[in-house]
Amino acid sequence: MKIGKQSWQFNQGVYVQAAGTVTGPREKQGPLGEFYDYSFDELHCNEKNWESAERALLQKSIDICLGKTNIRQDAIDLFISGDLLNQNVSSNYVARDIPSPFLCVFGACSTSMETVAIGSSLIDSGNCKNVIASTSSHYSTAERQFRYPTEYGGQKPDTATATVTGAGTLLLNNEPSDIQVEGATIGKVIDYGVTDPLDLGSAMAPAAADTIVQHMKDFGRKPEDYDLILTGDLSSVGSPIVKKMTEQSGYDMEGIHRDCGLMVYHTNQQVFAGGSGCACSAVVSYGYILQQLKENNLKKVLIVATGALLSPTLVQQKETIPCIAHGVVLQRTDV
Amino acid sequence: MITKENYKNDIKNYQPKPKLLKNCIKAFVVGGLICLIGQGLTVFYTEVFGFSEKAAGNPVVTTLILLSALLTGFGVYDKIGQFAGAGSAVPVTGFANSITSAALEHKSEGLVLGVASNMFKLAGSVIVFGTVSAYIVGMIRYLIEQFL
Repeated sequence: MKIGKQSWQFNQGVYVQAAGTVTGPREKQGPLGEFYDYSFDELHCNEKNWESAERALLQKSIDICLGKTNIRQDAIDLFISGDLLNQNVSSNYVARDIPSPFLCVFGACSTSMETVAIGSSLIDSGNCKNVIASTSSHYSTAERQFRYPTEYGGQKPDTATATVTGAGTLLLNNEPSDIQVEGATIGKVIDYGVTDPLDLGSAMAPAAADTIVQHMKDFGRKPEDYDLILTGDLSSVGSPIVKKMTEQSGYDMEGIHRDCGLMVYHTNQQVFAGGSGCACSAVVSYGYILQQLKENNLKKVLIVATGALLSPTLVQQKETIPCIAHGVVLQRTDV
Repeated sequence: MITKENYKNDIKNYQPKPKLLKNCIKAFVVGGLICLIGQGLTVFYTEVFGFSEKAAGNPVVTTLILLSALLTGFGVYDKIGQFAGAGSAVPVTGFANSITSAALEHKSEGLVLGVASNMFKLAGSVIVFGTVSAYIVGMIRYLIEQFL
């Protein structure tokens, strides 16, 4: 049901049945390493090239997710997925082997919550029963597409981020479980004129602030109504900016806000300002946050995945970087 | 106050300051070190193989390129590059790294359309501007010699 201006409330009950998270080696060594279902011990993931490595991550996250339930693959009504690569190749090619209808989405690093929001809405409306929502990213495929060859010796500034190698999948349906998807807020494309593709935290912060403030208005809530407001990959640069911006609008998130990009790696892992990529919010949310909700350490969480919708070509044409953020509320069913 | 109109200025305080002095010193030391290795190689080729100092230039550059390509392949040069910045980008080793890294990156698309077509993707601009500026400078020199 539509609530406010940009939000949906899922009144019929949409529940998280299972999750699958897969990462590369560097994420495994990070602070949340123990919460991922599987981690490859090298970046190639036993594949011939980076692109197939990313597909291996995505496929594995789906297999693990479905393996945790007794729902058969042919009972999946819809597979929704997206990634960072041109033509969404990781998702589209993995979908060849999934015997379900498929919707491919692109929301850059906001894809995780975009797929969950769409999936939940379709379950809530009765159009689907079982939906799997996936996303993936890989350090080397992203480097090669958006920046330079992986072995190129260019110097990156401290505002740069490191793309998370990983994939996350969530299985949603209408059968009650411990955790429910309570609502979602769909973001607008926001562009504050940032042009530096190595400072995406600054570029995305206004989009995150816009979605968070809109979410609070639409649902008539305050940040304190949540145990945690989690942004996707704003990093150490964008995080203080989003806090300041929401505070300016009257929503102080002090002590409630955290950023996946700052949780996924240790500061000594040479990741500049933090982690980024579609998988950043996915592995942190589907791995760590779901576990915290299950264990009752968290009761109600707003996850706002942030995406910079940039293209290397348009950056070179001196265009600014449009950004977007989508929010999803995950909560314990008993609250 | 952070506003849309003045966003870039309003967020200046939130952004890490570029460490200009530190980066300059690191670039100076590493760049100097690479040149020192080059000088050592020049001495080696002139003393051991009897090259003239001018003729030793070619084998010295070739050796540096080989070393840089090997370090790129072993995954070391990008780490040197992150530390040294311009110090390892400006010398010929940086040029070699840009070619080797692009070649490695595109190996998956095959030898012709992958490696060969893409290996000068980053270095191409250096070659273009190098050739064009050499031509312009050469023409200026020629005209000066003719008419002055």
